[in-house]
Amino acid sequence: MAGSTLASPSVDPAAADEAARAGAVRPAAAFSPARDAWRRFRRHRLAVVSLGVLSIIAFAVVFGPFIWRLAINDIDFAAQLKPPSLAHPFGTDDLGQDILARLISGGRISLAVGLAAMVVAVLVGVLVGATAGMSRGHIDAGLMWLADLFLSLPQLPLLLLVIYLFRDSLKSIFGPEGGVFILIVAVIGGLRWMPVARLVRAQFLSLREKEFVEAARALGASRLRLVVHHILPNALGPVIVAGTIDVANAIIAESTLSFLGLGFPPDIPTWGRVLFDAKDYLDVAPYWALFPGSAIFLAVLSINFIGDGLRDALDPRRVM
Amino acid sequence: MSSDFLLRRLLIAIPSLLGISVVLFTVLALAPGDPFGELVTNPNVPAEVRLALRASLGLDDPIYLRYFRWLWAMLQGDWGFSFVSRMSVDRLILQRLPTTVAVIGASQILAIMVAIPVGVLAAAKPYSMFDQIANTFAFIGFSLPTFFTGLLLILVFSVQLDWLPIVYSTEVGGSGLTYIWNAVRQAIMPVTVLGLFQGASLVRYVRSSVLEVIKLDFVTTARSKGIGERKVLVLHVVRNALIPVVTLVALQMPIVFGGAIVTEQIFRVPGIGSLLISAMLANDTPVIMGVTFVFSCLVVLFNLLADILYGWLDPRIALR
Amino acid sequence: MMMDETELKGLLSKVRSGRLSRRGFVQRMAAVGVVAPLATQLLAIGGVAQAQTKSSYKPTKRGGGGALKVLWWQGPTLLNPHFATGTKDQDGSRVFYEPLAAWDPEGNLVPVLAAEIPTRANGGLAADGKSVTWKLKQGVKFHDGAPFTADDVVFNWEYSRDPATAAVTSGSYKDVQVEKIDQFTVKVIFPVSKPFWADAFIGVNGMIIPKHLFKDFTGAKSREAPTNLKPVGTGPYLFKEFKPGDLLTGDINPNYHMPNRPYFDSFELKGGGDAVSAARAVLQTGEYDFAWNMQVEDEVLLRLEKGGKGRVHINESGSMEHIQFNTTDPWTEVDGERSSIKTVHPTLSDKAVRDALALLIDRDSVQKYIYGRTGIATANYLFNPPAFRSKSITDTFNVDAAIDILEKAGWKKGADGIREKGGKKLKFVFQTSINQPRQKTQAIFKQACQKAGIEIEIKSVTASVFFSSDVANPDTYPHFYTDLQMYTTGPSFPDPGVWMQSYLSREVCQKDNKWQGRNITRYRNKAWDDLYDKAEQELDPIKRAAMYMELNNMVVRDRAVVGVIARSGVSAMNGKLQANPSGWDSNFWDLFDWYKDA
Repeated sequence: MAGSTLASPSVDPAAADEAARAGAVRPAAAFSPARDAWRRFRRHRLAVVSLGVLSIIAFAVVFGPFIWRLAINDIDFAAQLKPPSLAHPFGTDDLGQDILARLISGGRISLAVGLAAMVVAVLVGVLVGATAGMSRGHIDAGLMWLADLFLSLPQLPLLLLVIYLFRDSLKSIFGPEGGVFILIVAVIGGLRWMPVARLVRAQFLSLREKEFVEAARALGASRLRLVVHHILPNALGPVIVAGTIDVANAIIAESTLSFLGLGFPPDIPTWGRVLFDAKDYLDVAPYWALFPGSAIFLAVLSINFIGDGLRDALDPRRVM
Repeated sequence: MSSDFLLRRLLIAIPSLLGISVVLFTVLALAPGDPFGELVTNPNVPAEVRLALRASLGLDDPIYLRYFRWLWAMLQGDWGFSFVSRMSVDRLILQRLPTTVAVIGASQILAIMVAIPVGVLAAAKPYSMFDQIANTFAFIGFSLPTFFTGLLLILVFSVQLDWLPIVYSTEVGGSGLTYIWNAVRQAIMPVTVLGLFQGASLVRYVRSSVLEVIKLDFVTTARSKGIGERKVLVLHVVRNALIPVVTLVALQMPIVFGGAIVTEQIFRVPGIGSLLISAMLANDTPVIMGVTFVFSCLVVLFNLLADILYGWLDPRIALR
Repeated sequence: MMMDETELKGLLSKVRSGRLSRRGFVQRMAAVGVVAPLATQLLAIGGVAQAQTKSSYKPTKRGGGGALKVLWWQGPTLLNPHFATGTKDQDGSRVFYEPLAAWDPEGNLVPVLAAEIPTRANGGLAADGKSVTWKLKQGVKFHDGAPFTADDVVFNWEYSRDPATAAVTSGSYKDVQVEKIDQFTVKVIFPVSKPFWADAFIGVNGMIIPKHLFKDFTGAKSREAPTNLKPVGTGPYLFKEFKPGDLLTGDINPNYHMPNRPYFDSFELKGGGDAVSAARAVLQTGEYDFAWNMQVEDEVLLRLEKGGKGRVHINESGSMEHIQFNTTDPWTEVDGERSSIKTVHPTLSDKAVRDALALLIDRDSVQKYIYGRTGIATANYLFNPPAFRSKSITDTFNVDAAIDILEKAGWKKGADGIREKGGKKLKFVFQTSINQPRQKTQAIFKQACQKAGIEIEIKSVTASVFFSSDVANPDTYPHFYTDLQMYTTGPSFPDPGVWMQSYLSREVCQKDNKWQGRNITRYRNKAWDDLYDKAEQELDPIKRAAMYMELNNMVVRDRAVVGVIARSGVSAMNGKLQANPSGWDSNFWDLFDWYKDA
């Protein structure tokens, strides 16, 4: 063990030694995998802190409106562009609207869109990548053709086409907000799975030839078991990174979409939207941009560390 | 890996590109809008002129006819004419190619050159001071949209300090050294913004995949053989960790052609991205088709290259 | 307020005999609501010589001014004025091509390629108003050395009116006849007497392209002319390089036909980017000398102006930001189209509802906090030219009055706070194009409506879709598949005749005409139609102006449309640059006169 680099900040050598012995063989069945995972997760201090931060943000956006009762669209020209104060802890924008209230209300959508779109992108990406990486020949070629096709599609006309084709029918089925939400998540997720798929496939190509996979295969493990238990956990690193980057991208992409008329109506202050609105006032009202910017940054940061913690927790080979 | 494999993959690329072109064309033809936006609100333009213009551009013909017309011309090396400017599409692209390659190419190279060493060093000593700083910058890099970082740089370096120009022009004044200095000076901000944005995610991927490899048995073996830490890192770890990185770089390279739409817009970099976006906004189908088709050729080509590189990085990967 | 005919004739004779100055006449006319362009035209028709607009051009030699660098956030994409798809192309073309006469900001005609402006006195205008004779300037040469003559002028008429050319300028040429009288004289003949004769060969539609380079490329072949991308005109700068959407450069024309002009040695137009950063590059860093069309909140402009490198220039224009009320039902499909004229709107058909909505537009706040110096709050639809501006529309913002009207009409608040009557709720979808000031205006309107118990769903459509003639897309403004919508249009030269067709019953926009009609609100009113037709035949400019005011009053009082903000032309320019953009012509109408103070 000595000289080996610690992959985790909080590993204490004694426990690690112990765990190494336990980890050399697969954990006994008596020992609940979920509890084991949670134990491993807790070891990752930053992940635990991040979980706390994300919970606070989630709590704020869900219950915030009941505590901070200012209306999000209360236009008050007397209070234009006021810096943070007791009345407006995050200041006001150019229409005198309270930025804190807007961020709380918009945060629900931003977080939900970010997470949901990430899940869609990662799920589709892992599914396609794993299938392609395990199969050879036509299926692999076909799936990678699909990925290439999606990579090549010019997004703007495609988005306009999607709005044109699906907006009204989705709106009538799921209501205006639900329909837009589904559309946005589908669009962002649907246009971002390709890197995940390519990464997973590349990892699979390499991993499936590794000794431990050979060994498992020789022991008669089924294909599914090979993928789920042996290869996938080892391919998760890039997937988690891609996942966190996707959350950030999705939050920002949502605001871009609203400029195409695809996003939520312009009066819904999602984080990306507030950040965009603030940009022309960056020199006189830096706080206007600071708060949404920090919100996105904090959310992405904590999701990333939670991802790191999850990987440690789910990776049985990890010494802890 | 054989020349047979290469040949077969190249042959497969032809029908797959054809397939992509069919989908691209259909999407473009079905997407809403037409090239005559401003004519519509101009009360002095008779309606019959607008209808005659549509007809003269063949916009009223069935989609399959328009596709075959495009394909037939393309096979003969005729890229068609822009609806909007009546200039030939290849000329429009060629006009903008040098700037795109210079700015976006430079930022890609910058991103790769910075991200790989930083990512490797960060992973070599995870959770060290260096790692923390690198990570923070990486998170800021992809949490903040380029429209925001671009503006921030403009405010600091152009407005406050007056060091760098806001506008990127292909007609920079001066000759000799002055010319070179002017040309470099105006490229600094766009290259930085793009480089930071692309480098940020790359750092995370490199770090994560080096972390994955560094704990594998063969690395410990190499260390136990007494090979120096630096040599272990370069010879054993990096090469094995490069598979996801190669994938990502292969995914990003075609962007040199696709352009970086937002950054080009902010700094007025006359690249292919800004050509593409204005063509999209004007529904200038021949231009969009020309640009995206070359883009998809590059996507297919670079992904093919990545597949070949996998075999070189990890000889056990056998693609058939 | 109307001035009768005898009074007007008396005034005109005073001017002719010198007892009243031209200036005094224009002022008197302004007092009764007749704007300068029309007043000067009255003088012309009345046989008074056009005053030569005094140029304030100071430089005493050609060249020596260095480079003129201008920013257009949408760069020109083609350089043939007859194919210009918008202002950007008209401006790009104007650097190289010139019309016979240009409109200055006050609406006066200024001769460019004409030797003089036609008047009754110089015999240019026929007494019956059926023809105009232009004397061309002699000795003018195209950039390739070929002389400019009457043949070029006649050629432009033939070129543009040919339906196969599909020229966007054809509206100015298709109904007139043009004859060459001699090498330097041309006559434009109208089928009927025209009160507003100044259209063909004038301003943005009047730029003259050379016959010798285009004669082999007319009709269907017109789009293949190599000169389309390499203009050879008579303008102050010679063409150097053109990259569509990005860059347009030119060098000084050493043989320009006006003395001591132009001042700058070279010209560079850079395209792309956004309006705010263009303003920065002019006002804050001084990298560029001029930036076009600053569609930015005035507050931002004021802040940038503090940079001290330049100033914001504001000029009158015809643009009108207005809200339209759908008279038909956008939510019911009849024979394959929504907003069909076979339907009526379920709630907006109640005049009380429309009246209430009109009272909920807080124009003063919109002006004060969004448009600032760059717009004027008005409920009129027809605002500029001022000659046609009605003074009898006095709509104000009043939430209480709106509530009162709704209550009286029986619209009672339901449990959700939204008013309803007979099971119909006051819920409306309000669409516009995506544009920062418009979204803010929507937000202000939405809030006022909320107070009055009306729910507004805001919808914004990307401009490239909203402003398109795409037949298949339901989100374009001509389809008008929502209850309310807002955008800007306006007359592009100082006469509202063509523009006001937007409320004619026969112009109704519908599936049958592929949504190419001009009447977007589907307003139908026989009295209105009759008055419009009468106005178009009215030769007395003053009576005609009164009719247009009445037409405006009718549509606004019927709430087919209400004005919000009359928008001005806004540009940013270097503190030393002397330029005078006009709302009735291209920004470059006086490019030859642009110079910088030492």
